[in-house]
Amino acid sequence: MKPPPQSRAALALRAGAVLAAAALLGILAVPVAGLVARVPPRDLVARLGDPAVLQALRLSLVTTACATAAIVALGLPVAYLLATRDFPGKRVIEVLVDLPMVLPPTVAGLALLLAFGRAGLAGRALEVLGLSLPFSTLGVVVAQVFMAAPFFVSPARAGLASVDARYLDAAATLRASEAFTFFRVMLPLALPSVLAGAAMSCARALGEFGATITFAGNMPGVTQTMPLAVYVALQSDLEAAVTLSVILLVFSFTLLLGLRLAPVGLFWRRADAARHAR
Amino acid sequence: MNRLPFAAAVALAAGFAEAPTPAPAAPADTTLQVFAAASLTEAFGELGMRLERARPGLRVRFNFAGSQQLAAQIDQGARADLFAPADETWMVFLRRRGRLLGPAPVFAGNRMVAIVPAANRARIDSLQDLARPRVKLVLAAQTVPAGRYARKALLNLARAPGFAPDFGERALANLVSSEENVKAVVAKVQLGEADAGIVYRSDVTPALVRKLKVLEIPEAQNAVARYSIGVLKDAPSAHAARAFVDLLLSDEGQGVLERHGLLPLAALGRAPTSSR
Repeated sequence: MKPPPQSRAALALRAGAVLAAAALLGILAVPVAGLVARVPPRDLVARLGDPAVLQALRLSLVTTACATAAIVALGLPVAYLLATRDFPGKRVIEVLVDLPMVLPPTVAGLALLLAFGRAGLAGRALEVLGLSLPFSTLGVVVAQVFMAAPFFVSPARAGLASVDARYLDAAATLRASEAFTFFRVMLPLALPSVLAGAAMSCARALGEFGATITFAGNMPGVTQTMPLAVYVALQSDLEAAVTLSVILLVFSFTLLLGLRLAPVGLFWRRADAARHAR
Repeated sequence: MNRLPFAAAVALAAGFAEAPTPAPAAPADTTLQVFAAASLTEAFGELGMRLERARPGLRVRFNFAGSQQLAAQIDQGARADLFAPADETWMVFLRRRGRLLGPAPVFAGNRMVAIVPAANRARIDSLQDLARPRVKLVLAAQTVPAGRYARKALLNLARAPGFAPDFGERALANLVSSEENVKAVVAKVQLGEADAGIVYRSDVTPALVRKLKVLEIPEAQNAVARYSIGVLKDAPSAHAARAFVDLLLSDEGQGVLERHGLLPLAALGRAPTSSR
């Protein structure tokens, strides 16, 4: 059976797409493989027992968890506002929300210093409250929130905006309040996007480096997260830096995979329960 | 290096009349890539411009960072012609790695000073105040030469008259951040985020004089940084690199270095070398 000519073009297109995909996946996978291949598993385990590494790892996990929680709590209202309302200056708010994604992290760190530093715009007010962000763990969280928030707000907003308006109208005809509609209709329907955004911002916060070192400084146990520990190690001990990188990589990979798998299960279980209840 | 005689032998055997010609003295468009300690930013910037003016067609490009970071970059294969660290440790490191071409002469020195923001809200009026509780002290990281010299000076001061024996430990307990290079220390103090820092004297540039207050560290307790410079193996512009080294060691170059707050070689000879 001879393929007709159109299908040959389709075949070529398909081959091209496969090649392109393979090229991109290669660019993504080969550096990861390069890191992992260089470290014997025994070294990895040995390094995990190092108190200094544990300290950096613990600090990374705690700050990332705090930053993600803050991003979701503060970002959800912003996403809702952008998804459901039109108001003058909306475009400016949108750009403001996306800005950290294009800002070099060092610039972000400097901006944070000028804003929340002791001599900064808002820093003086913070100091009256007894808060000093630079060189503090809280400063690390603020840097992570600044850099990672757009990765939550954008997908969450898109998810909320794509909820079918008919459901919202139906809720309104039943006199559901806006808050009730949001939590019982909109949020459950947009949950996959919201959770995906939370996962992305969490991963971005875990990898945050430039803004952190500029704004919060570098102090083991206080502000030295895993990415900073890798950077410091890179300047004196390449092997240690590679091992730390792999540890960070394993954590990031597990985190992203877990966040990707868990919500799906959660979502389906709830949907199932709802169906059974009926 | 040992490929040249082989190439020459091949050329002769093949009956070529021409011997391999040496590289032209000044190729039309050469770029000299210099990896230098962050504390050399101002002085090398001027020297680079002078060399460019003297040799039309030459472009001098700098990569200023902490010496340890530059050494790591070169060790991992970064293309560069010259390496000028603030600490000979990193020169020795690259020599052991086989990345240096020839000798690496010392060309200048530097001394450490304590700096506080002009506003000086922590009211630090003497070096002793650095050990006062709740002072926010910022230094370069221990792997950075400036960080090593600063810690050394603090520990030296503890043995000086007028200082408590635990001065060094108490001052280091005030450390709130180990910065990646000495210029980051200057920035944090200049912004008023840190109460004090210890940097090179040459870091207090004319532009900064009014933004910072300087506390001198006595000569006897001070640490003296020694800058060396070496041409790297596989340097793409080895010829221009040697011209830069010659300029550095000349009276003109030494004058430029001194004007930027560095110690010229003549003064370095008098400085105590035991502080290394």
